[in-house]
Amino acid sequence: MSSGLIVENFTVNYGAVSAIQDISFDVAPGELVALIGANGAGKSTLLRALSGLVAPVQGSASWNGYSLNGKKPEDLVRQGIVHVCEGKSVIPELSVAENLALGGIWRRDKADVLAAREESLSIFPALASRLQQRADSLSGGERQMLAIGRALISRPKLLLLDEPSLGLAPLVIEEIFKVIDRLRRKLGLTVLLVEQNAVSALRIADRGLILNLGALLTSGTPDELMADPQLRTAYLGI
Amino acid sequence: MFIDTLLIGISSGAIYSLMALSLVLVWRSTRIVNFAQSGQAVFSTYIGYEIAVRAHDYWISLPLAIIFGALLGSLVDLLFMRPLLRRVKDGPIAEIAPVIATLGLLGLLQSLLGLIWGNAFLQYASPLSAKGFTFGSHTVPFSPQNLFIVLASCAVLVIFGFIFKYTNLGLALRAASFQPEIAQLAGVRVSRVRNIGWAFAGATGALAGAVITPTATLSPNSLDLLFVSGFIAAVIGGLDSLVGAVVGGLVLGIGFSFILQYIAGSVTFLVGFIILMVVLLIRPRGIFGRDAGRHA
Ligand SMILES: Nc1ncnc2c1ncn2[C@@H]1O[C@H](COP(=O)(O)OP(=O)(O)OP(=O)(O)O)[C@@H](O)[C@H]1O
Ligand SMILES: [Mg+2]
Repeated sequence: MSSGLIVENFTVNYGAVSAIQDISFDVAPGELVALIGANGAGKSTLLRALSGLVAPVQGSASWNGYSLNGKKPEDLVRQGIVHVCEGKSVIPELSVAENLALGGIWRRDKADVLAAREESLSIFPALASRLQQRADSLSGGERQMLAIGRALISRPKLLLLDEPSLGLAPLVIEEIFKVIDRLRRKLGLTVLLVEQNAVSALRIADRGLILNLGALLTSGTPDELMADPQLRTAYLGI
Repeated sequence: MFIDTLLIGISSGAIYSLMALSLVLVWRSTRIVNFAQSGQAVFSTYIGYEIAVRAHDYWISLPLAIIFGALLGSLVDLLFMRPLLRRVKDGPIAEIAPVIATLGLLGLLQSLLGLIWGNAFLQYASPLSAKGFTFGSHTVPFSPQNLFIVLASCAVLVIFGFIFKYTNLGLALRAASFQPEIAQLAGVRVSRVRNIGWAFAGATGALAGAVITPTATLSPNSLDLLFVSGFIAAVIGGLDSLVGAVVGGLVLGIGFSFILQYIAGSVTFLVGFIILMVVLLIRPRGIFGRDAGRHA
């Protein structure tokens, strides 16, 4: 059985517009892969197709041998594929506690949901004192923490993170990246991390993929990518 | 006199509250204002009437009407709303189309009812007395049936208040209505949960129809005006709040009753709309609607 995430010849269209063309790559179990590219390159679209929010017109994807094709997000969550989408994926009208509860709402093992909730709160102590507050009263960084905290309560195996640093202050960004790095080591998570913040993302990544205009431009280890002078100026912003 | 007017207000207020609650239930689970609600409710009431005629028992007909109302609500979602929303997904049309569709459905249901039962006024009787309670020599305009209506609306408030606030189903319903995509990503089966929301609202509408109708008559349009008042009550209460729906209903019922008593019956509806406008001008989200939080 093939293990990890395998994506083959993925193509996604929005009506007549093609957002992603014929992308193939894989992510080994336990690997953290950074997905980098300019605005509109198709990064979010790729994640949305992997989590079942949009359907690819062509190609296939599988996670540890389980085919993702034609599956709904609510089914994929149950397989451990958890997508934290762009822009603080929380429900503003619900309280912090309710947002967290949402992450375990479908799980039968209520004891483990409680344990996961405790873990999330110990990773993000800022949330613990705000449980009864509405999520829209949180700061941007706290909302991102809440989104990740909720995802953890679903006990993810494959975590799809879309620009967790978006709109956050540099210190908070650093904190978020540290947490991602620590979590994946501790929990053995497989992570596909979309980032504009290429350097920070590559620092914690095992590998980077560079996406350009909906196609895969190149991939390599962070050192390889950082060493390429053309990539440095065009995509990594250094 | 004052007490009597107040009691009349409370009993009609409870009726508006029930109607308002059924609207709020659909709104809370789908963000759709369901104008077909009165048609669904009156359909369920006809079913209750038929059962009562055959079984000679109101108390058997009441729960069956409620179950029929729930099934009808669920069917409206499956047969109308889902196919519609599958076709119109984005843009301004996606917000308006479902509402227009519910108006169309209202017409459809009412003509269907007219075809089956005719347009005559039928009597759906309840064994509870429609005569007011008497204290000594004074009979107040508040009957056991009125009391039952008030209790029914309290029961709906308590049951659904509890479900929304304290159960996973309630959390799923709210999440699905606020942010369907995030709810889905968290594992909520959004279309199934919405369908349950439609069933809850349908059941509440049916309950409203079946407890109100014994105080009046039954015809395909018999709940329409009550529904308009229920709608105003729901908006006054913030459309999103169960407590708001009940308070809105009572404000309206008591308001109408005092106007009828001390001013003139002909202006009640006008005053209803004036109350609505004033509330919307001062608090656009309704008395119990929450203000938007900060947006980052
Ligand atoms: N719902 C949509 N309908 C039509 N076109 C869309 C839609 N979503 C995205 N697109 C288009 O698909 C392309 C890829 O968009 P996508 O959001 O995946 O880019 P991205 O790499 O995530 O960009 P960013 O860094 O700005 O988030 C863009 O050209 C965009 O305009
Ligand atoms: Mg994006």
